[in-house]
Amino acid sequence: MRAFDYIRPVSLEEAGRRLAETSAKAIAGGTNLLDLMKLQVETPSAVCDISRLDLATIADTPDGGLFIGALVTNTQTAVHQRVRKDYPLLARAILAGATQQLRNKATTGGNLCQRTRCFYFTNADQPCNKRDPGSGCGAIGGIAKLHAVLGTSEHCIATYPGDMAVAMTALGGVVEIVGADGHARSVPVADFHCLPGDTPWRENVLEEGDIITAVTLPAPVGGLQTYRKVRERSSYAFALVSVAAIVAMDDQGKIARADLAFGGLAHKPWHDPRIGDLLVGEAPSAALFDKAADLLLETAQGYGENDFKIPLARRTLRAVLEEVTGASS
Amino acid sequence: MIVHEKQDNPDTANRLDGMKQGVLGTAMSRIDGLAKVTGTALYAAEYSADNCAEGVLATATITRGVVNAIDKKAALALPGVIAVIDDPRLTTRAAQGTADEAPQQDPARVCYWGQPIALVVAETFEQARHAAKHLVVDYGEEVDAPVDPEAVKPEEQTEETVSQGDLDAAMSAAAHAVDVTFTTKGHASAAMEPHAAIASWNGDDLTVHASLQMLNYNITELADALGIPEQRIRLIARYVGGGFGSKLGISEEVVAAAIAAQEIGRPVRVVMTRQHVFQAIMRRSESTQRLRLCVDAAGKLTGFGHHALVSNLPGEEFAEPVLQSSHFLYAGANRELKLELARIHRMTAGSVRAPGEAVGMPALECAMDMLAEAAGIDPVKLRLMNIPEKDPEKGLPFSSHTLADCLTQAAKAFGWDHGLRKPRQTRKGEWWIGTGMASAARVHNVMEAKARVTLKADGTAVVETDMTDIGTGTYTIAAQIVGEMLGLAPDRVLVDLGDSRHPRGPGSGGSWGAPSIGSALYVACKAIREELAKRLDIDEPDLALRNGATSSGTQLTELLRGEDLARVGHYEPGAISEDFTASGFGAFFAQVRVNAFTGETRVDRMLGAFGFGRVLNRKTARSQCLGGITWSIGTALTEALEFDPRDGHLVNGDLAEYHVPVNRDVPDLDVILVEERDAAASPIQAKGIGELGMCGGAAAIGNAIYNASGARVLDFPMTPDRVIAAMPD
Ligand SMILES: Cc1cc2nc3c(=O)[nH]c(=O)nc-3n(C[C@H](O)[C@H](O)[C@H](O)COP(=O)(O)OP(=O)(O)OC[C@H]3O[C@@H](n4cnc5c(N)ncnc54)[C@H](O)[C@@H]3O)c2cc1C
Ligand code: SF4
Repeated sequence: MRAFDYIRPVSLEEAGRRLAETSAKAIAGGTNLLDLMKLQVETPSAVCDISRLDLATIADTPDGGLFIGALVTNTQTAVHQRVRKDYPLLARAILAGATQQLRNKATTGGNLCQRTRCFYFTNADQPCNKRDPGSGCGAIGGIAKLHAVLGTSEHCIATYPGDMAVAMTALGGVVEIVGADGHARSVPVADFHCLPGDTPWRENVLEEGDIITAVTLPAPVGGLQTYRKVRERSSYAFALVSVAAIVAMDDQGKIARADLAFGGLAHKPWHDPRIGDLLVGEAPSAALFDKAADLLLETAQGYGENDFKIPLARRTLRAVLEEVTGASS
Repeated sequence: MIVHEKQDNPDTANRLDGMKQGVLGTAMSRIDGLAKVTGTALYAAEYSADNCAEGVLATATITRGVVNAIDKKAALALPGVIAVIDDPRLTTRAAQGTADEAPQQDPARVCYWGQPIALVVAETFEQARHAAKHLVVDYGEEVDAPVDPEAVKPEEQTEETVSQGDLDAAMSAAAHAVDVTFTTKGHASAAMEPHAAIASWNGDDLTVHASLQMLNYNITELADALGIPEQRIRLIARYVGGGFGSKLGISEEVVAAAIAAQEIGRPVRVVMTRQHVFQAIMRRSESTQRLRLCVDAAGKLTGFGHHALVSNLPGEEFAEPVLQSSHFLYAGANRELKLELARIHRMTAGSVRAPGEAVGMPALECAMDMLAEAAGIDPVKLRLMNIPEKDPEKGLPFSSHTLADCLTQAAKAFGWDHGLRKPRQTRKGEWWIGTGMASAARVHNVMEAKARVTLKADGTAVVETDMTDIGTGTYTIAAQIVGEMLGLAPDRVLVDLGDSRHPRGPGSGGSWGAPSIGSALYVACKAIREELAKRLDIDEPDLALRNGATSSGTQLTELLRGEDLARVGHYEPGAISEDFTASGFGAFFAQVRVNAFTGETRVDRMLGAFGFGRVLNRKTARSQCLGGITWSIGTALTEALEFDPRDGHLVNGDLAEYHVPVNRDVPDLDVILVEERDAAASPIQAKGIGELGMCGGAAAIGNAIYNASGARVLDFPMTPDRVIAAMPD
């Protein structure tokens, strides 16, 4: 681990300034950053401890939504009464991730910014365009079981590994950001993460000195919510594929609303509004669900070891849609 | 005084059964349990040493070649760095179990990616780790080192080859036959405590606290590596946080700490990082196994073929003994067994819990299930029908045989339906539900062992041996055996293990720990009893001791006359090992759920019945079985080492990405101990139980996956991708 300075800003404004002027990294729960520092994957000159800033509030918004501060822990979010009642999908997604101990430390902001679990990214002695631009992509032609099948590039095929953000994407959440200059802006969770393109080191829209202050969720929309995470062991494993779904039916048994997002498939929580458009107004059927999967996987490309994700995504989507529409196979 | 006993004949006297204390075999809790759960038990890295420096291994970033130069100057310029050690005596692999000599040395020669090439020593661990990672190394790389076991011409392990009768002819003449190829992935021991050592010198004398399983061999291996007499070395391993084979031989950090401590004149601690443990200790080899089995119309095996391919580094003798139990488990006159070893440049392959049967039995037992289906015979019955009278290859009698008992008892307890089996019969919601079973077998090993027992003048006893307790319960059973023999409550017995100054035990490995050290203790105690009987002027067998007194009320303290009475028991297995085939046997039954959409498999319940001779402690024995079954779940569903296809480096070397089962993967498990007395196994009639619980269990799960979902998966672990691919729809 590179020797580093420890900075503890007293205000958001100071934090932004310190982050912008040094190659410091914000540290919240530390469950991702510290691991990567030990592995020499992250080598900040300083860590800027934001954990005591006033960003740990969780509260109702005037329009009936929910404001979840950047420092609210994953455990606090998952057990929050309103989350359980109005956004059960989010509670399920969080509880499907990591372990109780990690969730007690992990924060909203840190979880959004967690880095890929690509084996070549976390091994500082292997080539990786994300960690070491221009060195090549070790995963292509290597062990790529965890890797992406959607939105990849020749430079990087890593996935965004998290669960919480997939649920927040389906829920239409918005990331609240304050820049180093004190300017606040809002970015939908669906647009927060980037595709790798030829800049795989750029994982989200944050600029130097930006701090996430919260995620806000819109007022609940009704319908059935679920989060399905497919994995080899039943806890403490990242998703091979995950599906977040909010689906409402009308009284004719047709789909009235369908918000879907997918994890484990891409460099970001995958969101394709065309799938919802296809489903809405239709009666659930195996053929319809297949068409939805066709749309989802239209551009999917496997890299050998992860080819299975394409049929797995199709099957998982069908299982989820059967569950939330009440159709049975 | 040393008392030597060599076992040439079965010991049917069952002396332990006649003892009066009544503690042996009881479910006594571990005597070291409290110290462990309260954190007062010290593990290797936790000892304090004055002025101790910290070492971290630097590892190679090429697959094969030489280290031309290391830029030590640059490393020494980094904060806190004291030394960069690249002494040619550094070891680059861990020694194989029972090697008794130094493993591969010469760190300038690189044979696998991730191999240790130097030790960086600094004031703090973090400084050492940083400098080790930034070491500038000039390599002479030899490109195109083979890393794929299927791509090289393998070496036949001729001592494993069996060719009896004509298997091809038997296969074509048979009423039913299966010819099927399985693969298994590599496994890691993944012990909780990482490998660690603290070395300090006092003149020419070296003391090392380390995390090792077999001090009796490790001291010789260390002495050989350092080029010093072993009398100058003291090795201490009082508590070991799991070994599972990974700590059988001396490992790189021990030798490195010793060399560094001498060079800098200060104690040095080397703790391997989790990644180092994964990449530089031992892997269980992957395997490709072809099974050919055939039966006549009645279901009697007429042919038995098992051919396995495994791999290791050049220069290593170890070849995963996949066929070990296949040699004797089932009948079949026409036999062909062959083991081949591919030489490749992946990290060292060596012993991981139950080497051989851990992967050989799952493949064999899945093939047996396929044969049962082909023949239309209940799989339990097929096995019962094919238990041989004697070893089908060597013609030897079995020392004892509990397979039939285990199968019958386990089937009954599980509620096994012996009727016709068809896959895909039960569905609940998204889940297919089904059951499966498998036999268990693991060869019995017993080793030479010495231990000192001292009956103190105050009527307590002390046990001293360099034997280790790697979490299995050795401390506890030692107290129970001595307590039973000398008529003492176990809390009157102080057990002092894991110090090379004590008489040499057998080490913990190959499940031989308990029968071997137990026999040495038995021999020592018997000699003490003889002396006591002499003082009472009676025959030793007539001496009845309980709670520190004879049956006629004479206190042991009186008999001792104010003096300690010490004997070193020296047990040695003799000709008996050539007269019998000895093995533990068992049976597994499992019920699983397979998700019809995602292919995820969860084990609903699992049960095992095991016969392994005398049960020394019902609680610790059961715990070994529970752990073994848990490993079976990992083998069946999740555990797989992945190696890069280009440079052969271990890719998923940490506990987040190497998936051992977690609590939620392990349902309530049931264990039936099928107790027996195996007179030929050891003078205490006990066999090992440390490994049996995982020898075949993965097949019970694989067979249940098939019965549930119709997916016959031939590749372990049976991850969702593979289950989906094999699913009929
Ligand atoms: C073994 C293991 C298993 C796991 N399994 C899962 C899983 O199954 N599913 C899952 O979703 N996650 C999983 N996780 C990841 C875990 O959820 C993350 O580590 C955690 O959410 C990170 O939060 P943190 O607060 O600790 O982040 P930190 O480690 O403190 O920070 C992570 C990153 O976010 C940045 N950051 C933090 N806060 C802010 C902010 N307010 N503004 C801007 N940048 C910020 C930091 O600079 C850093 O780059 C697992 C982690 C581990 C170690
Ligand atoms: S997939 Fe991306 S993160 Fe992984 S090695 Fe390639 S560039 Fe690096």
